[in-house]
Amino acid sequence: MIKDITLGQYFPSDSIIHRLDPRFKIVIMIVYMIMLFSGDSLICLGIGTLYTLISVVMTKISFKLYIKSIKPIFPFLIFTALLNIFFIKDGDIYFQWKFIKITSSGVDTSIFMIVRIVLLLIGTSVLTYTTSPIVLTDAIERLLNPLKKIKFPVHELAMIMSIALRFIPTLIEETDKIISAQKARGAELDSGNLIAKTKGLIPILIPLLISSFRRAEELATAMECRCYNGGDGRTRLRQMKSGISDYIALFFTVLFFIAVIIINHIIK
Amino acid sequence: MSILKTENLTYVYSQGTPFEKIAVNKINIEIEKGEFVGIIGHTGSGKSTLIQHFNGLLQPTSGKIFIDGNDIWSNKENIRQVRFKVGLVFQYPEYQLFEENVFKDIAFGPKNMGLSEKEIKERVYDTAKLLEIPENFMKRSPFELSGGQKRRVAIAGVMAMNPEILILDEPSAGLDPHGRDIILDIIKNYHKKTGSTVMIVSHSMEDTAKYAEKILVMNKSELFCYDTVENVFRRSEEIEKIGLDVPQITRVFNKLRSHGISFGKEIYTVERAREVILDMLKKEGRI
Repeated sequence: MIKDITLGQYFPSDSIIHRLDPRFKIVIMIVYMIMLFSGDSLICLGIGTLYTLISVVMTKISFKLYIKSIKPIFPFLIFTALLNIFFIKDGDIYFQWKFIKITSSGVDTSIFMIVRIVLLLIGTSVLTYTTSPIVLTDAIERLLNPLKKIKFPVHELAMIMSIALRFIPTLIEETDKIISAQKARGAELDSGNLIAKTKGLIPILIPLLISSFRRAEELATAMECRCYNGGDGRTRLRQMKSGISDYIALFFTVLFFIAVIIINHIIK
Repeated sequence: MSILKTENLTYVYSQGTPFEKIAVNKINIEIEKGEFVGIIGHTGSGKSTLIQHFNGLLQPTSGKIFIDGNDIWSNKENIRQVRFKVGLVFQYPEYQLFEENVFKDIAFGPKNMGLSEKEIKERVYDTAKLLEIPENFMKRSPFELSGGQKRRVAIAGVMAMNPEILILDEPSAGLDPHGRDIILDIIKNYHKKTGSTVMIVSHSMEDTAKYAEKILVMNKSELFCYDTVENVFRRSEEIEKIGLDVPQITRVFNKLRSHGISFGKEIYTVERAREVILDMLKKEGRI
């Protein structure tokens, strides 16, 4: 049951998007986010949707997987959309009954919010589905490199991120094991009131915490044994090379962005 | 009537996904009350999955498990009672210790059973004695103890529930030879003293041959055989064929037999080999 959690799952394949330089992908991602939130008209939203659909098709990953990434937040989306519809009172009135008032501006806000969040999620999924977490943290490190000038610990931060990502599956497995072991001793995990349930977590959390510390210590020793002393002077296994396709991808993204800005301006 | 019985027990991991894998396939066994059973097989042969069915941690994909003649999944509400009846000690059980002192940790299982304070105390001290845990340890934190001591405390936590069937998954993994002997002797002692059914999952043929009365061999998710130690080692050639070791002494005697020196019996412990050889020498009048 715990194994069902997916966190930025990577689906290896050989599409154009997979092969893009991860640094460019992150920059494109940022431009894409700004684009989604800078257009106020339906046409701008349409352009955003078109851009998203094109990238999704280009990843050659089944559309079902993208749907799966939206599913968990769906109830939340519906809930906030309803709040917006019922509580925004300005604009033209579409429908009125006693104290319930549905207005054009309320409906607009809800539609924009839903579409933007869905697009945002699909967009980020395009990034995480096509880029392995390790490569992603590598790219973040490179992008943040200039910050080293102001003594910001870029390498350390990236190392912390990759270690955290690396240990997620391990800890999930460990949790499963501890839960089974405590159940075998008659622990009740999912019955009783809130206090009983919280107390029931102690036999799981304490061993998990202790084993995390143990692992951290072992990992630190293992790294020291291999003479790890931070990022200075380290060379890399994977060199990142940007090619013509990266620039083309960035160019098209910026083109869409400019289109959104211009249309937004004209319509206003 | 057998205390534990399985009927076409099958378990499939991640059913319906591309990662689907049959972990145990149509297992039929009957284990009698009071038996000491060794379970052996390769890593990934399904041993651990199999034993997690015996106390209801895993629900079979198909097939049934009977304990004392009752289908344990016929009433899901009662599954917790099954876990008290069948005690399961996982691999590296010292990683599940969590209480502030040794006493409380051993008492966790009995407490969950809803026993009275007095009875809990009795059971904890009795079990601690059996496992050679000194009384002055009781107030100490389990995390201050050595690896072997922690292991004994963790095993005590399950034994204190007085299960009718005690199952241990590799209880001696990661211990030095001395620590291994201590643990196995304690378990043997427990078996003798309480008369309960004991099952040990092990990699080591030597240990299994020395302690168990019956052996269950798993191979590639299937039951290879379940029989007395003697009968299992009579098939030592087949066992070696599926990639498992037989005890060194058995190999020596198999070699002797192929050279025409037969003792008429299966030899699987050094003690037994000694007896047989002494007997033969006596018969020939050499000593």
